[in-house]
Amino acid sequence: MEILVCARRVPDTSENEIELHGAGNDIERDDLVYSVNEADNYAVEEALQIVARTGGSVTVATVGGEEDEEILRREMAMGAARGVLISDEAFAGSDGRGIAAILKAFVQAGHYDLILTGVQAEDGCAQVGGMLAAMLDYPFASLVTSIEVLEGRELKIGREIEGGSKEINGIDLPCVLSIQTGINEPRYVGMRGIRQVASVPIPTPGASDLGIDPHAVGEGAAKMKRVDYFAPPAGKGAEMLGGSREEVVDKLMDLLKAKGGLN
Amino acid sequence: MTGSIDSIAGANFWLIRGQYLFLFLHLLGLACFAYIVARRLAPLLGAQRDFRFDRPLERLGKVAKFWLGQWRHPRYRFAGTLHVLVFAGFLMLASHAFALLALGISDRFADTGSSGLYDAIRDYASTVVFLCMGIAIVRRLVFAPARYGRRSADAIFLLSLIGLLMAADGFFEGSQAAFHGQQGGVAEVFPPLSLAWTVRTVFASSSLATLRSLHLGAYLAHEFAFFFLLCYRPFGIQFHVETSLFSIYFAKLDRGTVKPVRWGVPDGQLDKVASFGVKKIEDFTWKHILDFYSCADCGRCSEQCPSNAVGRALSPRNLSIKTRDYVFRHYPVWGRSEDGMALVGGLYSEDEIWSCTTCGACEAECPLLVEYIDKIVDLRRGLVDDGKAPQSMHKPLKALESRGNPFGKMEKKRADWAQGAVKTLNGAGATNTLYFVDSITSYDDRIQQIGRATARILGRLNEDFGILGAKERDSGHDVRRFGEETLFQALREHNTEAIQHAGVRRIVTADPHAYNALKHDYKDVPPVEHISEVLAGAVRTSRIQMNAVDNGVYTYHDPCYLGRHNGVFDDPRDVLDSIPGLRRVEMKRCRDRSFCCGGGGMALFYEAKENERMGVRRVEMAAEAGADTIVTACPFCMVNIEDAIKVAGMEGRMTAIDLAELVDRQMAN
Repeated sequence: MEILVCARRVPDTSENEIELHGAGNDIERDDLVYSVNEADNYAVEEALQIVARTGGSVTVATVGGEEDEEILRREMAMGAARGVLISDEAFAGSDGRGIAAILKAFVQAGHYDLILTGVQAEDGCAQVGGMLAAMLDYPFASLVTSIEVLEGRELKIGREIEGGSKEINGIDLPCVLSIQTGINEPRYVGMRGIRQVASVPIPTPGASDLGIDPHAVGEGAAKMKRVDYFAPPAGKGAEMLGGSREEVVDKLMDLLKAKGGLN
Repeated sequence: MTGSIDSIAGANFWLIRGQYLFLFLHLLGLACFAYIVARRLAPLLGAQRDFRFDRPLERLGKVAKFWLGQWRHPRYRFAGTLHVLVFAGFLMLASHAFALLALGISDRFADTGSSGLYDAIRDYASTVVFLCMGIAIVRRLVFAPARYGRRSADAIFLLSLIGLLMAADGFFEGSQAAFHGQQGGVAEVFPPLSLAWTVRTVFASSSLATLRSLHLGAYLAHEFAFFFLLCYRPFGIQFHVETSLFSIYFAKLDRGTVKPVRWGVPDGQLDKVASFGVKKIEDFTWKHILDFYSCADCGRCSEQCPSNAVGRALSPRNLSIKTRDYVFRHYPVWGRSEDGMALVGGLYSEDEIWSCTTCGACEAECPLLVEYIDKIVDLRRGLVDDGKAPQSMHKPLKALESRGNPFGKMEKKRADWAQGAVKTLNGAGATNTLYFVDSITSYDDRIQQIGRATARILGRLNEDFGILGAKERDSGHDVRRFGEETLFQALREHNTEAIQHAGVRRIVTADPHAYNALKHDYKDVPPVEHISEVLAGAVRTSRIQMNAVDNGVYTYHDPCYLGRHNGVFDDPRDVLDSIPGLRRVEMKRCRDRSFCCGGGGMALFYEAKENERMGVRRVEMAAEAGADTIVTACPFCMVNIEDAIKVAGMEGRMTAIDLAELVDRQMAN
């Protein structure tokens, strides 16, 4: 099975202290460290596990610039056969729809049975997967927590439902799935793995290679623009429970019951 | 019929002349032994390289101390004494055993001299070994220590065989003397109460025919027991009789170090190595396989192992024995080889391999100097290479890669702990001393206090010192020991450059893990001292005065990487004892038997399955010793012990304080 995973490089929330920059519509980006978006990493691991069971290969693609190459190398070190950096000046400032349109052109230029995305980018809106499926006219399932490959180009997928339930669906290939974290345990990739793929060439198709109208994507075509960015004001301080250990435990139990945390 | 008793070679055994019978049996026994040993050598020849042929004098010194001198055996008083006696007996009896074997082939080897001192010593030696076997068997049957586990049948069988060997010798000699005595000739004299003496006394009036049968029968029994033991030992724990000399000669000389990924491959060429670490049995080095052979299954390692004590999946002894058994199955003496398998997932569980804190208690105890840390690290390297680092370690490792610390904190905040009171070295000045802080002291709120105390002490001792600040990265000590060699080397390269740029003449640290890394893992950096060494030096030269402590009972907890791995036991104690009025007690497990707090570095990011926390055990030991304050000298010990005090519900009754904090508090000048 040929699988495409769409990945994205994001500021690593566990390794940065996110601060707003002066203009107030973005974060301070000096001194940030970036990682592959966590859910995308799970998607790549899932793709690798499917390929290990059924054969085929995994391609990881991202839309971005030179600096985004690092996440492609990391995913290639995990085992992805190819990394592709879809890059063009015309793509800068694209909104979710723009990114989906670029990816759509890329998908149509290749042959993929299955397209995976992370459930959402840590700095994004969880919209590209769905839009990409719609543009391709492929079936789409979100919040996928298990994938089983069936005979006859069909998948059996599990989805997470609010409240902890799970549903199982059949879905025809080709399709787009957005992968929830926790679907697997992604393998560890260290510097050694990345070094080993350091010299593998990464193709960088642009707008003309993919037949994309530069005016249909990028900042100019974006229909959604960020106008503000802020950390919500801190709410009322946490309630400190006082008293002996037994009293604290009793009060905590009452609170948990009252707020629905305990049945 | 009765004739002479003096010739074994000339006697008839069921119509076969002894000479031919024993020549045949000797050759058969030796051939079997040679074949078995050759088969046992096969896995060593197929294993990885291991450079152990340097420094012969130092190695002979180890042999003298640990093999001939049996140095570590008396650490377990009873079993150790038995072993020393048996070992000494074996050494004294070796030449006698060969003389006895030669006797079967030709009379020319007969003992013609009179009973000299050697003979008397020898007679007692075999008697002592015989008695030791008896005691050891009773011990295994009646009051076996828990560390022996369940496999006593094989041990008892082997002990009995050695006993039989000794008894046969006694019967052989005693019956001959009784025979001579009855014939009125010159009879051998035996020391009183020796085996031979006893046999001679008991059978003094037996018929000559009986004595002759006893004599020949004893020789035959000796022959069979000797060669059976020789050929049976390579199948179990007694193989150490043959291998221990080599295991000890080739033992690791430099403690505190970790073996290279591949011997003979320089760090710069590691990218060319296709696979890291140990994944299959052939990835172990030949010395490590020799270690598996040498393990005598005494269980001292596991009894000392803190992981084993708290119910984690790891038992060093078990690791050795099951690996040895697998080597035997994979390279059998005869029959079909069991297929090779992935070691982790097959022979070991992942949790077992990550359970080790590399505290070194097992290695400090093993009488045969079996190595464990290098093997564990190599197995971890294999897991990391296959992407199987525990999930909980991914983020810390990634953060170490991008931020130089496992917490993912910003580099520019690395010196915030100092609150501007310590200068950052920029390479221009000629500052004498670098205080290497390391990650946990830089970023952990609680541990920053140890950093500030250390800096204040250095200042009050008028040391000219500074820190690397944002240029410092994690020492990588435990990154290396948790198997991420490439990341460790990147951290080391960065720090080495920063340290060299700072142009200092020495390094001081309060973190034993950083201390061990800078001392053993780093090259081309100035000499490093732990703060306890600096303080002990100041105490000795009276550069430090302390205020008295009024009350409380203190106990010192030896951090593994200060004590066991680097031998710094006395300096911290000397510093404590220099504080007027301070009452100090020792815990049962102290110095090189110190009980690990739970481990530092990456160990903080791995939760092994366990019944209780090591730290809780340790805090209980301190309470048992009657202490109410645990003094330690390691930031990770502080984290674990303070946690453990809370978990054990001993808040208010037990406190933990770092040596630097205590001195900072008590210092008068």
